[in-house]
Amino acid sequence: MAAGRTGSNDSLVASFEIRHRRFLDENGEPVAALPASAAEPEFLKTLYRAMCLTRAFDAKCVNLQRTGRLGTYATSLGQEAVPVGLASAMRERDVLVPSYREGGAQMWRGVRMEELLIYWGGDERGHAYADPRVARDLPVCITVGNHALHAAGVAAALKFRGEDAAAVCVFGDGATSKGDVYEAFNVAGVWSLPVVFVVSNNRWAISTPLDRQTAARTLAQKGLAGGLRVLQVDGNDVIAVHDAMCEALDFARRGEGASVIECLTYRLNDHNTADDSTRYREPAEVEGRWAYCPLKRMRAFLAKGGWWSDPEEEALQAEIAASIENSVARYLAHAATAPSVESMFAHLHAELPRAYWSQREDALAHARA
Amino acid sequence: MRTPVPELTIIQAVNMALRRALEDDPAVVVLGQDVGLHGGVFRATEGLYQRFGGKRVLDTPLAETMIGGLAVGMATQGLKPVCEIQFLGFLYPVLDNLANHASRLRTRTRGRISCPMVLRVTHGGGVHAPEHHSEAIEAMLAHIPGLRVVIPSTPTKAYGLLLSAIRDPDPVIFLEPTRLYRAVKAHVEDSGEGWPLDRCDVVREGEDLTLVSWGAMMQETLAAADVLRERGVSAEVVDVVTIKPFDADTVIRSVTKTGRCVIVHEAARTAGFGAEIAAVVAERAMTALLARIERVTGYDVVMPLPRLESHYIPSTRRILAACERSLAWA
Repeated sequence: MAAGRTGSNDSLVASFEIRHRRFLDENGEPVAALPASAAEPEFLKTLYRAMCLTRAFDAKCVNLQRTGRLGTYATSLGQEAVPVGLASAMRERDVLVPSYREGGAQMWRGVRMEELLIYWGGDERGHAYADPRVARDLPVCITVGNHALHAAGVAAALKFRGEDAAAVCVFGDGATSKGDVYEAFNVAGVWSLPVVFVVSNNRWAISTPLDRQTAARTLAQKGLAGGLRVLQVDGNDVIAVHDAMCEALDFARRGEGASVIECLTYRLNDHNTADDSTRYREPAEVEGRWAYCPLKRMRAFLAKGGWWSDPEEEALQAEIAASIENSVARYLAHAATAPSVESMFAHLHAELPRAYWSQREDALAHARA
Repeated sequence: MRTPVPELTIIQAVNMALRRALEDDPAVVVLGQDVGLHGGVFRATEGLYQRFGGKRVLDTPLAETMIGGLAVGMATQGLKPVCEIQFLGFLYPVLDNLANHASRLRTRTRGRISCPMVLRVTHGGGVHAPEHHSEAIEAMLAHIPGLRVVIPSTPTKAYGLLLSAIRDPDPVIFLEPTRLYRAVKAHVEDSGEGWPLDRCDVVREGEDLTLVSWGAMMQETLAAADVLRERGVSAEVVDVVTIKPFDADTVIRSVTKTGRCVIVHEAARTAGFGAEIAAVVAERAMTALLARIERVTGYDVVMPLPRLESHYIPSTRRILAACERSLAWA
């Protein structure tokens, strides 16, 4: 509590503040001088392209699910600036510890589109990333918030080996209600671990809105309890996300410890393809939020600067559509061959203990029959 | 000149194995509450912090979920964390990480990422401890695919099993029988040799009846076998050692020979690991059985506080009564 009893002599022993960072408003107008980390128009175009790819790929996933060619899928519509902003600030040797809405970050780092499709299509092979750049990245974490602790462990391993690298963990607003997240903040603080926790605050945890999730005024402040460096950013401003991440990663790599970055964004779609958000959310609310779309503001900013034209946009969309189609074709060709029944047993342990051999034989015999 | 092989308790054997593992493999780290300067609530990690420093022997904040989750994260990046949870009743928060992550990462990533961690935790009652300090939930752990669950009953097995557990490339739960910590001694050589992670151990050969047990209950079980021997009954005694994977072949071989099977465990009866053993014996040795299978277990009640625990934990008398029931079948 900020104040003690009336007339008491309670003294102030600590006070905190939460800062908010934003560079572009929703119309793409700069509200602050652009940071050095995002001064190059070519780089900003790269960020924009990645957000467009993220959105188009996400739409394709939903479409594939609706037509029976993909399993339940968690969409990222409207949140593209978070995964792209954070991944673009990471170096190859950093380790991403994602939740399930960060396909855009995974693709940026080297996970192939078809691998994401293979996973959401119900096949573990989608987590066996082929690109060596992502060999150390963890697979998506479905159990909300557990992975905050895994990220702390990853960071502890990086620090143990003295690597010039950091872990980046992403989770949603709902996860900040879990003990795992607090425990991760706490140990990351006291051990000064090289980790950045990114809260992708999209205001809805399935049907639970933020004001029924927490009484805290910001989610960033939850990091203060663990002694972490915290910042809130406009999560639909990719420049703000990227810049805050660069700073936090630099801080982590210098050995100064962990950060929490709360990214304010909005989930424009349902929680996932099995959800119907009209049961709990006013369509008018969603409609109003389209004005804050991260792609729209970036495109407007680039166009105003003379760095982006309609023909470029058309060419980009065509290029993205083609690359997605190629990936979908590879995915469908891959999906035509089911994973082997044997593979259920092959990766249980490094070597299958003898005790389970008869079960494997049983499964194989029935698969043959 | 040959150094004499020291006589060690189980806790000292655990300490010697940890020391050996830390010496042998720079990726091994020990973590948990009070494991550093303090040397652990049971002194399992005594002297390790002084020898290997705070980078290898890590005192953690007080949060069991965190210890489990941190170990998972460390293990995914090639470290070999050996964590200590002080009492089995405090393990429940860690189950989430064991069942959802540690045991599954290799499968989920088709071998790209593995989780070579060891979780050491005390097992069982009989030491007059407070509530939640005396649990026996090995069956709950054994039900999680992808986990190994082992429990030594002697200092020799404690040393070898722990070394094997740490060297194994996948997660292993290492249960330490609390009431045996300082109750049994043996000459244990620091040989660096592991104990198999998938083998039951026939500790006494016999012809008339098979006793199957593990952990601290091996004491009462062997005492029962002694009494039977005085009565002219030759009991074979099997120490399960590795709950999961369970070496059914050794038990089946024994029961096929004796025709009688008495299973002894401290954990509650329903869905205890004895139920699994009984099922396997029924499946694979039904025609060899001369008597129905007997189980001597803790009751399906809340583990009582110390004043009643001796009525809960199977006694040698209860084991003998079960053996008599088994032997009564012609």
